[in-house]
Amino acid sequence: MRESDREAPSPCPSTLLNAFLVALFILLIFIFSFSRLEYDFHWAGVWAYRAKFIRGLGMTLVLSFFSLIVSFLLGSLFALGQKSRFLPFYFFSRFYVEIIRGTPLLVQILVFFYVIADAFRVQNRYVTGVVILSLFAGAYISEIIRAGIDSIGETQLETARSLGLTLFQQYRFIIFPQVFKRILPPLAGQLVSLIKDSSLLSIISVSEFTLNAQEVNAYTYSTLESYLPLAVGYLLITYPISNLSKRLERTFSYET
Amino acid sequence: MKLDVSGLTKVFDGKKVLSDISLHLDDIRSLVIIGPSGGGKSTLLRIIAGLLVPEEGTIVVNGQAIPSEERALREYRKTIGMVFQSYNLFPHLTAAENIMLPLTRVHGYGIDEARMHAMGLLKRFQLSAHAEKKPALLSGGQKQRVAIARAVAVSPSFLLFDEPTSALDPEFTSEVLDVIEELREEGKDLILVTHEMGFAKIVSDYALFLDEGVVAGAGTPHDIFENPKEDRLVQFLDKVLKY
Repeated sequence: MRESDREAPSPCPSTLLNAFLVALFILLIFIFSFSRLEYDFHWAGVWAYRAKFIRGLGMTLVLSFFSLIVSFLLGSLFALGQKSRFLPFYFFSRFYVEIIRGTPLLVQILVFFYVIADAFRVQNRYVTGVVILSLFAGAYISEIIRAGIDSIGETQLETARSLGLTLFQQYRFIIFPQVFKRILPPLAGQLVSLIKDSSLLSIISVSEFTLNAQEVNAYTYSTLESYLPLAVGYLLITYPISNLSKRLERTFSYET
Repeated sequence: MKLDVSGLTKVFDGKKVLSDISLHLDDIRSLVIIGPSGGGKSTLLRIIAGLLVPEEGTIVVNGQAIPSEERALREYRKTIGMVFQSYNLFPHLTAAENIMLPLTRVHGYGIDEARMHAMGLLKRFQLSAHAEKKPALLSGGQKQRVAIARAVAVSPSFLLFDEPTSALDPEFTSEVLDVIEELREEGKDLILVTHEMGFAKIVSDYALFLDEGVVAGAGTPHDIFENPKEDRLVQFLDKVLKY
């Protein structure tokens, strides 16, 4: 099948109708719930802090961007580690992935910031924040890449060996080009998680989106008015990315 | 080619897949290996291809012993063309690129030179129209012919085929067998593992029956297919030729 045959079908009327009905249903639940709520919205107080929200959102994007790059590098390194025959590297990689994936990010942030960063005299909480997020996401990305490498059939590698390719050439010309395409969709999904997970950096006073919303709440005592824009803001960034992830998935599915 | 196998033993998970195989063949052009699944055919072929290292025994091909150290094995593999059951084309490369990759990366061809060589082979196998297609767009028979072109491209000293038609729809079998037959007539030495008994009979000048890891029958195609003496061989042929 050609790539172009796998393009997203243009939405037909019944799809649109169903999407509309679902949206209406959810909207009604929210309208009903809010109508039961005895709460006076004071948007004006929060509106005054709109620039603060935007700055916070900008910082979240910057943190996520750098974390994505560093975590991809870490993930690649430890994916190779998990495939390595050099046992110390192998065990270190396995250990890293299991520890990070098995413990809450909240605890990792606290331990890293108050214990490790402190001991190594790293003062900049933004650098620390990027390092923590990268270590965290790196473990997941490592698993994504490792699974990608494992998805390349053993027969392909045997063929590559029979043609006289070295191990390095097998990775360079056979494995990586295929793995890279296959992992793009889950990688985009991981980026969505990364952006939301960065909100936890608020506990070490990194002035990102969530911390700014918390501060606005503290200034204005308008809890919902502070946090609802937060949800909308995250959704505005994450929705296009997860949409992109789905498109990539369709585009590359012809490979298999 | 000359093939000397002595005391060859290969063990997988404590099970002897090949036990103490010995063979001395002078001047064979095409050796066919037949036998039931799990009998050790593919294992023997992979050892000859330098893809597996036996626990015991040696193989000498054309006066040269197959090494056991990886670096030397890689050099040895470069001199052989192998075709697998499931085509094993690289799915991210076009037909032409599949042929060019070993030429440019292993055998030191320039890109243009490799492309010309690949295009020449594709033309010869009537695949010119498919040169720029990825394997997913080719039929099974076309894929296998590209795989054969890739194996032939490096001018190997001999060719190995591991059940090259087993994964094909029957309609594509003959186009692949035609190519193999053509290569043999051209004078390429080959070793072929197959379940196509009719083809084995025509193409071989020596045949080997492997069963439960031992050579349970060996001889000219006439000895093996027309005049089988060993009980196990007779039973095997009865079964595969029943329908």
